Amino acid sequence: MSIWLIPGVILIVLVTATIKRVPAYEVFVEGSKEGIQIAISLLPFLLGMMVSIAIFQASGAMDAALGLIKPLTSLFAIPEQILPLALIRPISGTAALSVTTELIRTFGPDSFVGQLASVMQGSTDTTLYIITVYFGAVGIRRMGDALKVGLLADLAGIIASIVIVIILFG
Amino acid sequence: MVNLIWVFLAVSGIAYAAFAGTMDRVNEAIFATIDESVMITLSLAGVLVFWLGLMKIAEEAGLLTGLAKLFKPIVKRLFPDIPENDPALGYILSNMTANMFGLGNAATPMGLKAMKEMKRLSGSERASRSMITFLAINTSSLTLIPTTVIAIRMKYGSVDPTSIIGATILATMISTLAALIIDRYFYYRRRKTGQTL
Repeated sequence: MSIWLIPGVILIVLVTATIKRVPAYEVFVEGSKEGIQIAISLLPFLLGMMVSIAIFQASGAMDAALGLIKPLTSLFAIPEQILPLALIRPISGTAALSVTTELIRTFGPDSFVGQLASVMQGSTDTTLYIITVYFGAVGIRRMGDALKVGLLADLAGIIASIVIVIILFG
Repeated sequence: MVNLIWVFLAVSGIAYAAFAGTMDRVNEAIFATIDESVMITLSLAGVLVFWLGLMKIAEEAGLLTGLAKLFKPIVKRLFPDIPENDPALGYILSNMTANMFGLGNAATPMGLKAMKEMKRLSGSERASRSMITFLAINTSSLTLIPTTVIAIRMKYGSVDPTSIIGATILATMISTLAALIIDRYFYYRRRKTGQTL
């Protein structure tokens, strides 16, 4: 069904435009020019953030930080294998995906840890990336409470997925 | 705060590498990531050019205002400071719909365009109330069908790759609801302390 989605949207838009006598191709070109602009203004923000995260990861500091927090999880009876994922998910999407893949490969997709990793990956998003990209592209410099709200929402999503997976599969 | 996180990640990483002897890996990572970020921007540029072009047609054909009208009752409550029938609402809804169906590639351009429209409304370099709400909804994820995860589960031989859909939808609903509550809490706190936005 999902393979119909994008062609379907294109079809609906173009047919409606033709009925409403909108010069579709000209409008398309006009609108897409904005895309180039946005992409170029995005690069500095994305590059800066990605390099910083890469330094933190490649140095081994991230693993060290994870090791420090380990004792905390045993306190709440949460499988400690899930911790790296919970911590990386808001920071780096690609890193989170590789951790999820690794967990599913090691423990099996139908194991408790595998199910938990799957749900956690699907029900949260990379806050730092979204904030960098969305605010960077339109030049918002003062972010207000956005980061706090985003990170707390991640925490809520992580706790929700742990509780739900324990109830449904535990 | 993003400033602090950014500096902290780089500085603590370099300091750690100095003690752990991993400076060679840090060097390698810096240059690999510079390349990678240009590649990501380029591939994003393609998607952006295509979807923003298509969405411009949708806007001119009145589809975005139609979409906004359809979901007006919900969206009016979520974004009370955006005027009715403003194109910003149409872009916000296109972004949310694309996210729900796991079309991340189509969702980002619409999200960026929504942000641009919201900036036009606020006319400031400061994040507006509706921008923060919009980000809260986005970061809590709206995925109904986590296609990437299902693909990974298939690859590693799950007996039932889609078994996690129900749990994911439930977790997503709870996290989005929590995000909205947290967002509202911070908004009322800002208002109480006399900040204008």
